[in-house]
Amino acid sequence: MTDQAITTRTIIGLEIHVQLRTATKMFCGCPLKFDAPPNTCVCPVCLGHPGALPVINRQALAYSMLTGLALSCDIARHTKWDRKSYYYPDMPKNYQISQYDLPLCEHGHFEISVEGDTRRIRIKRAHLEEDAGKNLHDVPGCTLVDLNRAGTPLLEIVTEPDLTSAEEAFVFCTELQRLVTYLGVSEGSMQKGHMRFEPNVNVAIDVGGTEYRTPIVEIKNLNSFKSVRGAIAFESQRQTAAWQEDHDYVLGKVPNENRGWNDDRGVTEFQRPKEAAHDYRYFPDPDLVPVDVTDEMLAGVTARLPELPIARRARFMSEFGLSPKDTEIIVGHRGTADLFENAVKCGAPVDILGKQFVNVWLKLANDRNVPVTDLSVDAERMARLASMVADGSVSATAANRIAEAMLDRRDPPDLLADELGLVQVQDTGAMEAWVSEAFAANEQAVRDALTNPKKAKASAGFLRGKVMRISGGKADPKLVGQLIEKRLSELRE
Amino acid sequence: MIASATDIAKAVRTKECSAKEVAAQCLARIESTDGNTHAFLRISGEKAIERARQVDEAIARGEDPGPLAGVPIAVKDNICTVGGTTTCGSKILEKFESRYDAHVAQRLQAAGAVIVGKTNLDEFGMGSSTENTATATTCNPWNASRVAGGSSGGSAAAVAARMVPAAIGSDTGGSIRQPASFCSVVGLKGTYGRVSRYGLVAYGSSLDQIGPLAVEARDVALLMGVIAGHDRRDSTSVDAEVPDYVAGLDDPLDGLRIGISEEYLGEGLDEEVRGCVMAAIENLKTRGASVVPIHLPHMNYAIACYYVIVTAEASSNLARFDGVHYGHRTPEPKDMIDMYASSRGEGFGAEVKRRIMLGTYALSSGYYDAYYLKALKVRTLIRRDFEEAFQSVDAIASPVAPTPAFTIGEKTEDPLAMYLSDIYTISANLAGICAISVPCGFSGAGLPIGLQLMGPAFGEGKLLSVAHQYQQATDHHEQVPPASSTD
Repeated sequence: MTDQAITTRTIIGLEIHVQLRTATKMFCGCPLKFDAPPNTCVCPVCLGHPGALPVINRQALAYSMLTGLALSCDIARHTKWDRKSYYYPDMPKNYQISQYDLPLCEHGHFEISVEGDTRRIRIKRAHLEEDAGKNLHDVPGCTLVDLNRAGTPLLEIVTEPDLTSAEEAFVFCTELQRLVTYLGVSEGSMQKGHMRFEPNVNVAIDVGGTEYRTPIVEIKNLNSFKSVRGAIAFESQRQTAAWQEDHDYVLGKVPNENRGWNDDRGVTEFQRPKEAAHDYRYFPDPDLVPVDVTDEMLAGVTARLPELPIARRARFMSEFGLSPKDTEIIVGHRGTADLFENAVKCGAPVDILGKQFVNVWLKLANDRNVPVTDLSVDAERMARLASMVADGSVSATAANRIAEAMLDRRDPPDLLADELGLVQVQDTGAMEAWVSEAFAANEQAVRDALTNPKKAKASAGFLRGKVMRISGGKADPKLVGQLIEKRLSELRE
Repeated sequence: MIASATDIAKAVRTKECSAKEVAAQCLARIESTDGNTHAFLRISGEKAIERARQVDEAIARGEDPGPLAGVPIAVKDNICTVGGTTTCGSKILEKFESRYDAHVAQRLQAAGAVIVGKTNLDEFGMGSSTENTATATTCNPWNASRVAGGSSGGSAAAVAARMVPAAIGSDTGGSIRQPASFCSVVGLKGTYGRVSRYGLVAYGSSLDQIGPLAVEARDVALLMGVIAGHDRRDSTSVDAEVPDYVAGLDDPLDGLRIGISEEYLGEGLDEEVRGCVMAAIENLKTRGASVVPIHLPHMNYAIACYYVIVTAEASSNLARFDGVHYGHRTPEPKDMIDMYASSRGEGFGAEVKRRIMLGTYALSSGYYDAYYLKALKVRTLIRRDFEEAFQSVDAIASPVAPTPAFTIGEKTEDPLAMYLSDIYTISANLAGICAISVPCGFSGAGLPIGLQLMGPAFGEGKLLSVAHQYQQATDHHEQVPPASSTD
């Protein structure tokens, strides 16, 4: 059988924990701070002290509903809280408040584009829960517990096993990060551990029409897109090889297992078989009342649902005629896309604005390591600068210098162009004089332009550059080109 | 002899006496009386005197310190208070000091009350006799060989022995009413959600309620008015207006319909208890009440239903006591699992362990539907029984417990017999309704007997006025136990 040709298909489902960007924790008023000293953002509630009781964070609920809507989920009109019991030192109550059988969001889907194909990944559910603290092992001989993170609101999103490759999973995760930051429900910072991924992976192996499925492996706690891709690709190969080695390596015969990703070695490592899975003894938390999502609550959240990145990208391409590459860059962040769109609304010519946005504004922002929205240049001034190029009052080159000046001063770009002497000269008399000056100073170039067919075009360009320099950028480059051609043809006669 | 809370507050507010004098007198009384009773786990004398002094200062400044000005109060030791320990009667919290005051402790102090100490209880509230405790058993002030009842036995005994005018207890399945009945004091368990549970160390979270105990219903009404009301820190606390319970005490009882259910008067009920309860009902009839027979068909399932729900919740609520962050930790654990197992093994008493195991079992995968889920369904049926009954009656009268106080040690080896002593009280917790225990006589052996009156949700005012007017017409509560007649 091993000699027979096999085809394989990787089956992947994802569980993703997204940390919500609420000001306070899920069930108490403690602030969420990333790098506060250990155990300084704590109170009797998140410390699990005797007698303390949880109260739900309404903002976390609203953020979760918003995410659910963006993922086309049904929002439960009645949802509740359950206790999930297990003992661990970083979990002060020894149960986690989560949602078991009535999650807030269910039955959704999320469309991603993989190598040009649109793929619809079904979302099984998304529910709210609290995070645990952290066990610190840096001091030899003892474990210290930091409970600053305990009680942080997490949205756990679970997909159906609809993903078929490491690349698809990678795209899904990056698109999801973009979505949650777009919605403003999460900072989505990988460095701060705002998103953690747990792929469930197995392989369907087809041998002459008979299908075998390998046991399902859950890869725990991945915290980068790269590790998601690497771990799934590795698992897919490992499981196929394991089956080829031993045909009993199939679902039902070998238990499912948990594995961890070793980033240094690029391999997954066995953690524990799923047979030994905990009995979490879920039951409804009697300290919390069920939540009935009213029409008003749902309407309020729905009203805050923005146009989502995928739809917006499609619209930017069709409505503004932007290239896929520029669209990707502009729509990548909600604020950036909003700024662009506002500038269009302020009357900017879209073609010029598109070029300036990518080549000027985003570059300036990049150089300064700030988002373009923090450049202190509003949509109206951006629109004005684009219009000035469009009506020929400044050249595209001059616009770069005006843009830089706009960062420091809030004056209208017209005033800055004037002060910098960059208002384009349309006066042919002045330009004729600059052309004469350039011709006189560059005789060789003039000769080449007239006599050497190989160098004719380059020399003409060289001369135009000289004229532009003499004009201090004020000359209209198009007009200068025409004048040079005219002068050259006069000399030929 | 210590006066009532109402009288003390009046005297202190009118400067007839100082809060400090009252506190000192109360502390001296505890000192002289509690040696045999063991009602208190801890007496906070210095703190009480200091607090009383603050009350006096406020009065001297012309401020009103509140309706409980200078009233000494004992608080059950499963309610968190700052300064000193909150032990829940358990070794596992032997040295635990709360970092915050429970909502009721804040309310009491804001009303001018002086907390004089923490009272004994069955460990974490699990018991009906105040024998399941890491320290000494609380004795019944009426007969030292008898139990005080439980789990709020310390609070009931402290009030009965006139050590304090009033105390705070908690009631999960009868833990205020049953000891109140055994000790001849009034005890009220309010509607679930009436009093915030914030700071009450959870036992059965969906059943637990904090409530007051005092010799007279008037004082219970006074305290209830202070501690009841919404608290946003407890999601199950109900945001409903708190009536002036004291003002409503003398509302006429004409037309009052009292329900009597055979389920509460059947097999297992002591004849003397039946006699006193029936006599009390007759007394109410002479005051304008009529008696209506009612039927509570699911009453027989109450005990089974209760012990599944309460143990399931307890198994989860007590998971946090693991020796990791606070409380008892075994001195030399072999590893992490041993640290958990040994700390809990050493810290919890036998009854607590039994209930944790029962509850863990009931919630286990494969058993959940048959036990916990089924119990929740039965609970709904019991609640409906009461809702239906309250369509035709204003209150339901019954005994509080099937017998007067039993002998210390009598039921400690037989948990089921002990569980059955809650048979008449637990339905009120399952249904979430309010219920009060009022002294209604004594057995031939001189042991107190209590009448239970149950009311619909938020019907505390009616129960208090019935209890008050019954006490106006009777003198059972004026009897003083021998243990308190030492001075």
